[in-house]
Amino acid sequence: MNGYLPSATVEGREVDFLILALVLVSCAVLALVFGLILLYVVRYRADSGVYRGAPGRKTWRFEISWTAATLAVFFVLFIWGGDLYVRLFQPPADALQIYVIGKQWMWKVEHQGGQREINALHVPINRPIQLVMTSEDVIHDFSIPAFRIKHDVLPGRYESLWFQVETPGTYELFCTQLCGVGHYSMSGEVVAMSQPEFETWLAGGAAPGQREDMAAAGKALFTAHGCSGCHGEGGVGGSPATTGVSAPALAGLLGRSVKLQTGATVTADEKFIRDCLLTPDKMPIAGYPQIMPSFSGQISEENVLRLIAYIKSLKSGSRT
Amino acid sequence: MNPSAAPASYLDDGHTLRSWLFTTDHKRIAILYIGAITFFFFVGGFAAFLIRYNLLSPKGLIGSAETYNRLFSMHGILMVWFFLVPAVPVTLGNFLAPLMLGARDLAFPRLNLLSWYLFMVAGVVALYAVVGGGVDTGWTFYTPLTSFYSKGHVIAAVVAIFIAGFSSIATGLNFIVTIHKLRAPGMTWYRMPVFLWSLYATSVILVLATPVLAMTLLLLAFERIFGIGVFDPKIGGDPLLFQHLFWFYSHPAVYVMILPGFGVISEIIPAFSRKELFGYKFVVWASIAIAVIGFLVWGHHMFVAGTSLFSALVFSLLSYMVAVPSAIKVFNWIGTMHKGYIHFDAPMLYAIGFIGLFTTGGLTGLFLAALAADVHLTQTYFVVAHFHYVMVGGMVSAYFAGIHFWWPKMTGRLYPEMWGRAGAIIIFVGFNLTFFPQFLLGYLGMPRRYFAYPQHFEALNLLSSAGALTLAVGYILPLGYLTWSLFYGERASANPWGATGLEWTTPSPPPTENFAVTPIVTEEPYQYRQAETVNHE
Repeated sequence: MNGYLPSATVEGREVDFLILALVLVSCAVLALVFGLILLYVVRYRADSGVYRGAPGRKTWRFEISWTAATLAVFFVLFIWGGDLYVRLFQPPADALQIYVIGKQWMWKVEHQGGQREINALHVPINRPIQLVMTSEDVIHDFSIPAFRIKHDVLPGRYESLWFQVETPGTYELFCTQLCGVGHYSMSGEVVAMSQPEFETWLAGGAAPGQREDMAAAGKALFTAHGCSGCHGEGGVGGSPATTGVSAPALAGLLGRSVKLQTGATVTADEKFIRDCLLTPDKMPIAGYPQIMPSFSGQISEENVLRLIAYIKSLKSGSRT
Repeated sequence: MNPSAAPASYLDDGHTLRSWLFTTDHKRIAILYIGAITFFFFVGGFAAFLIRYNLLSPKGLIGSAETYNRLFSMHGILMVWFFLVPAVPVTLGNFLAPLMLGARDLAFPRLNLLSWYLFMVAGVVALYAVVGGGVDTGWTFYTPLTSFYSKGHVIAAVVAIFIAGFSSIATGLNFIVTIHKLRAPGMTWYRMPVFLWSLYATSVILVLATPVLAMTLLLLAFERIFGIGVFDPKIGGDPLLFQHLFWFYSHPAVYVMILPGFGVISEIIPAFSRKELFGYKFVVWASIAIAVIGFLVWGHHMFVAGTSLFSALVFSLLSYMVAVPSAIKVFNWIGTMHKGYIHFDAPMLYAIGFIGLFTTGGLTGLFLAALAADVHLTQTYFVVAHFHYVMVGGMVSAYFAGIHFWWPKMTGRLYPEMWGRAGAIIIFVGFNLTFFPQFLLGYLGMPRRYFAYPQHFEALNLLSSAGALTLAVGYILPLGYLTWSLFYGERASANPWGATGLEWTTPSPPPTENFAVTPIVTEEPYQYRQAETVNHE
């Protein structure tokens, strides 16, 4: 493992710069505090004859000054840290999505082409990468110190993490949220490589012929679980005339606003699709009778992700 | 003073076990508490020692990750709920609050004894949980790990903390009523020593926050025992809900731990500078401000947990706000030393050490409040170091400072001064050696709660463990010489430090009824006359 310093990402170097500023502020304050204490304990030690003068009575001017100074410095640090944080957690729209599932005690990664790896993540450099992460059991945390980035991985949700690596190399990957006895062993490596090398890597591996990309695997599941029976082949939607029941169209669903029977409007994201699959009773869609059965306990986290990948691949009006 | 005319000291008011176990005298209850929390401090400390032993090698030396997880959970649970939260209020607070107020006892002496018994029952259950069966969830009990996946005596630990909570609430309530109702004639609010203000602020947090913890633990127990879905998404719960509820208690609780320490330091710095406390009202209101704002910052534990960007920004800003009153206090303590007559007795050495270590702990808190920096540093050893700088470097130093300062009052004996100073210096050095390398480890990315770790973290871990050994010596030393002084120490006068405050106007150790005549307060606190000026002019 190498390449910890300097950070392997642009954003990581910005984090380092913020930390450096914090170190300098801290050193200045500590120098002031220790300096004054040292000065006073020498100058005003009990047996020192130095003239003390009359004790001052008015203290509020000092109080106002140091309170104001502290507030000013804090406000600058707040703005700096907040601005960078917002950028750290807003993935660019064109990011390459890779799916990550945490479980006690390993990381399972699946690329869109169906390539799977355990406790390792291969990524191309100079390209924004977005990890879509969930957990099969407890809370984990996907942390790459060399990129100065981490995020918790929760069961029942999709959390997102993005980065863009500049320097090729192998970097440490840790789980940093206590997840049980094997917590310490839930580590691995992130391998950043050039685009051609990455493509070679994607094409290689065990039995590339048998590999199926995630959307294609999702399509098979879509039929196998009977989804197409109501939602129609290719997720075009169903009506009493075509499939026998009213079922919403799924093509072009991602990112769309969906009205619920409760009157609320939600944006359809990965979590929304997951919830519709596993707990459909909680989100009845406006305009449709709630007859969607729950697939809770019948579909693994991996297959849920494959179904999502398939639904994402469906463009409006297309039939794949 | 003619000994035959003086009323018997509280220590001589009965020598039977029964006279101690059924006492309602706040001073005796304080001594009972000192015995109890000293025990838990050393049990929790022993667990810490084994943790540092394990980390001497990258592969882990104790051979079992399960044992390691149980050790750090035990360390956290015992140190937080059975040492840090109660430490100053139930010992020094119990002993001193009535003496400082000029009162005969706390408002509810029997409730005070009841809270000690609750604490002891909780302590026994906690020991059963962490030693008997073991808990491996960490002291934070995050769900759904704790609700279903963890083996071990989770329920026993939860019950222990639940019971200890009632002890906290009873103690807090007792102090609030006492400070409102039992001030001596002339003791207006602004004539109260800062220690009492700190105790008051602490008590308010205890009474308001502890019930939230109790409810949270109850929900956790329901989920684990009956499978009622509250926190586990598999059965319809929300894992982040637990974190919100837990930190809604546990963040104010860190102010419960540190505020009484501020109070102790605010007594000691003026006493050994022979000078009035600088900016009394600012120090007082800083405590109240911390108690209030401290309730509004819990979300800063969850910046990478999956809360919204907006909530992260709000909690970051509020976290900076809560740091301002702490900064104000530090500046006022230093201002107190300016133009004073500074003496270097052990309590003052501890107090100066406190300022340095607490300031370092506070400054590193700014790193964690700065959102983007927190993303990198959270869940690593940086957080461990930050927390220990505030809680051990700060709070434990303040506790030791207070124990030394009021030791003559509590026991009627002087501790050996040279040993006291040596202990203070060894603790300061050992502490920095233990925890400073952990800041670096955290920046380099070493996750906390790891039984084994990559090779390249080894050198800093060795340094940290060497520091822990030094620190252990520093903590065992006072146990030795303070015990020695109980039997062989020089007898203390009523006011060996020449300090102000009503507690120093009564004999050492005080009689059971505290004051023969109820004192009447006629002036502000900390009226040090700077007697030394006479010698030098």
